[in-house]
Amino acid sequence: MKCLVTGGNVKVLGKAVHSLSRIGDELYLEPLEDGLSLRTVNSSRSAYACFLFAPLFFQQYQAATPGQDLLRCKILMKSFLSVFRSLAMLEKTVEKCCISLNGRSSRLVVQLHCKFGVRKTHNLSFQDCESLQAVFDPASCPHMLRAPARVLGEAVLPFSPALAEVTLGIGRGRRVILRSYHEEEADSTAKAMVTEMCLGEEDFQQLQAQEGVAITFCLKEFRGLLSFAESANLNLSIHFDAPGRPAIFTIKDSLLDGHFVLATLSDTDSHSQDLGSPERHQPVPQLQAHSTPHPDDFANDDIDSYMIAMETTIGNEGSRVLPSISLSPGPQPPKSPGPHSEEEDEAEPSTVPGTPPPKKGPSPVLAEDSEGEG
Amino acid sequence: MKFRAKIVDGACLNHFTRISNMIAKLAKTCTLRISPDKLNFILCDKLANGGVSMWCELEQENFFNEFQMEGVSAENNEIYLELTSENLSRALKTAQNARALKIKLTNKHFPCLTVSVELLSMSSSSRIVTHDIPIKVIPRKLWKDLQEPVVPDPDVSIYLPVLKTMKSVVEKMKNISNHLVIEANLDGELNLKIETELVCVTTHFKDLGNPPLDVVFKCIPIILASESTHEDRNVEHMAEVHIDIRKLLQFLAGQQVNPTKALCNIVNNKMVHFDLLHEDVSLQYFIPALS
Repeated sequence: MKCLVTGGNVKVLGKAVHSLSRIGDELYLEPLEDGLSLRTVNSSRSAYACFLFAPLFFQQYQAATPGQDLLRCKILMKSFLSVFRSLAMLEKTVEKCCISLNGRSSRLVVQLHCKFGVRKTHNLSFQDCESLQAVFDPASCPHMLRAPARVLGEAVLPFSPALAEVTLGIGRGRRVILRSYHEEEADSTAKAMVTEMCLGEEDFQQLQAQEGVAITFCLKEFRGLLSFAESANLNLSIHFDAPGRPAIFTIKDSLLDGHFVLATLSDTDSHSQDLGSPERHQPVPQLQAHSTPHPDDFANDDIDSYMIAMETTIGNEGSRVLPSISLSPGPQPPKSPGPHSEEEDEAEPSTVPGTPPPKKGPSPVLAEDSEGEG
Repeated sequence: MKFRAKIVDGACLNHFTRISNMIAKLAKTCTLRISPDKLNFILCDKLANGGVSMWCELEQENFFNEFQMEGVSAENNEIYLELTSENLSRALKTAQNARALKIKLTNKHFPCLTVSVELLSMSSSSRIVTHDIPIKVIPRKLWKDLQEPVVPDPDVSIYLPVLKTMKSVVEKMKNISNHLVIEANLDGELNLKIETELVCVTTHFKDLGNPPLDVVFKCIPIILASESTHEDRNVEHMAEVHIDIRKLLQFLAGQQVNPTKALCNIVNNKMVHFDLLHEDVSLQYFIPALS
């Protein structure tokens, strides 16, 4: 794979990487026939983001050397981001950026051609991986709204940068409402300030949703796409369904498109999504939980691919089978009574038949000795 | 208890926002006292605050063009609320380009001060931002601890130098010692001193001027309780107080704009009292001596 980005597009690419870095720690780079795709997913699989840069975005684009399979790789987000860390520097000094992936070498080479003949070469190590793909279809969502990113940027301005989640819904008079969402802590006496922003229908280019619908999603993750869309002066569309179903945020122009798919709080957990009736219950945010246990102890990619529910069929050239990531949180695991139960589950060592039960409490060795002596 | 107020003037709104930013820097939690003519931001000298106390007062008619309040009862026509200062300043921050700002006391499943801002918008429709700031209503029996502190009889009263300069000096001194001595005399001299085993640093401010006693005590005529009269005392004699440098720094950090008037009163070895005026808003800040 070899592609060359020049001029202002270098900064656009950099901004996209910054956006993706708000979501996940690993970047999946996949050169496709219809463009270069950069994807990531967060650790709890509750957010997926993808940017696809069309071949025209590049001065030169070669998805694969002829006769070879399309390669794809997974890089540490931190490493890739470090190349594009300073957007100001990219704008001022970088003239060309060349990204190449060679099947034989084990390095992704990113070369920045800067002013005054300076050339910066980054050799990033990568891992082979399967294709990261989420199954989602904006067209299947009954509700959608579209507005210039600037309007949405102004809409989230009143919210604290520290705010994790926000509820978006349609209120009376077809007004679009954004309200800060706070998990209720049972014994917390300190209540958080509630902020609500109310916009008129006229601010939106398209609004296809009835009064009363609402979803709650992670604002921090949304801000990643929003800042990119604002800088590129694009319109942002939000496609959504019932609470609990993922919400799809999209941007598009002739040279690129971006999709952010975020999980939303489900109805059973959060009654406060109803913007009309402000009853607040004790929701367990499903944004953190997901139906399969998190395999923290596995180091290699194979198990990772289990998480992404990979399926590759043998003999399928270029393996572009689209496995699905289970993004809608799905049913709660049977034994999770509260938000911290997942950690507790992992902490308990598994009981394998034939092995002694894990020792808990004060050291039993000392206890045995004293008993023996006594 | 009822409270509704509205600001429509841009300049008043900005001034009110600046005041709330200052309060947010001076006190994490404070008491807001609402009375028919005034608003006060109060921090009483509890142990939790390190003995520091603050009294900020503004005349409501200088800010609000609508102001209605009904206190706890007819005889006690006041409202005392406890809130997190940062919430108010954050809520007001969104009102930078507002057409109007409304504040009212509400009870949306918990008592709050609702700040509602109508923003100017490009399109024809209005945009409204609402902030519900959780508050705690302070019961009548605790009001006695939240009254205006008595200005003590100072040993020295002096005008302060430019606060930004003072702040940058104190900021550097903080790295050397936590213990600062502030001393001043009636000859317009003020010193900030820190002392450790290895080093002593003193910053001298001269020609500051001392306010006449009627300015200090805000009333004429005055009768000095002490035996020696003002003229008798040696003008060069320094009154000093040892304070925690961080408290002084917190006070100085809150002053983003240079005040209209700034003076400080020192009660020898007891406390330092700062008396500032930001246009029409008065701020008094008391820092006790280190025990």
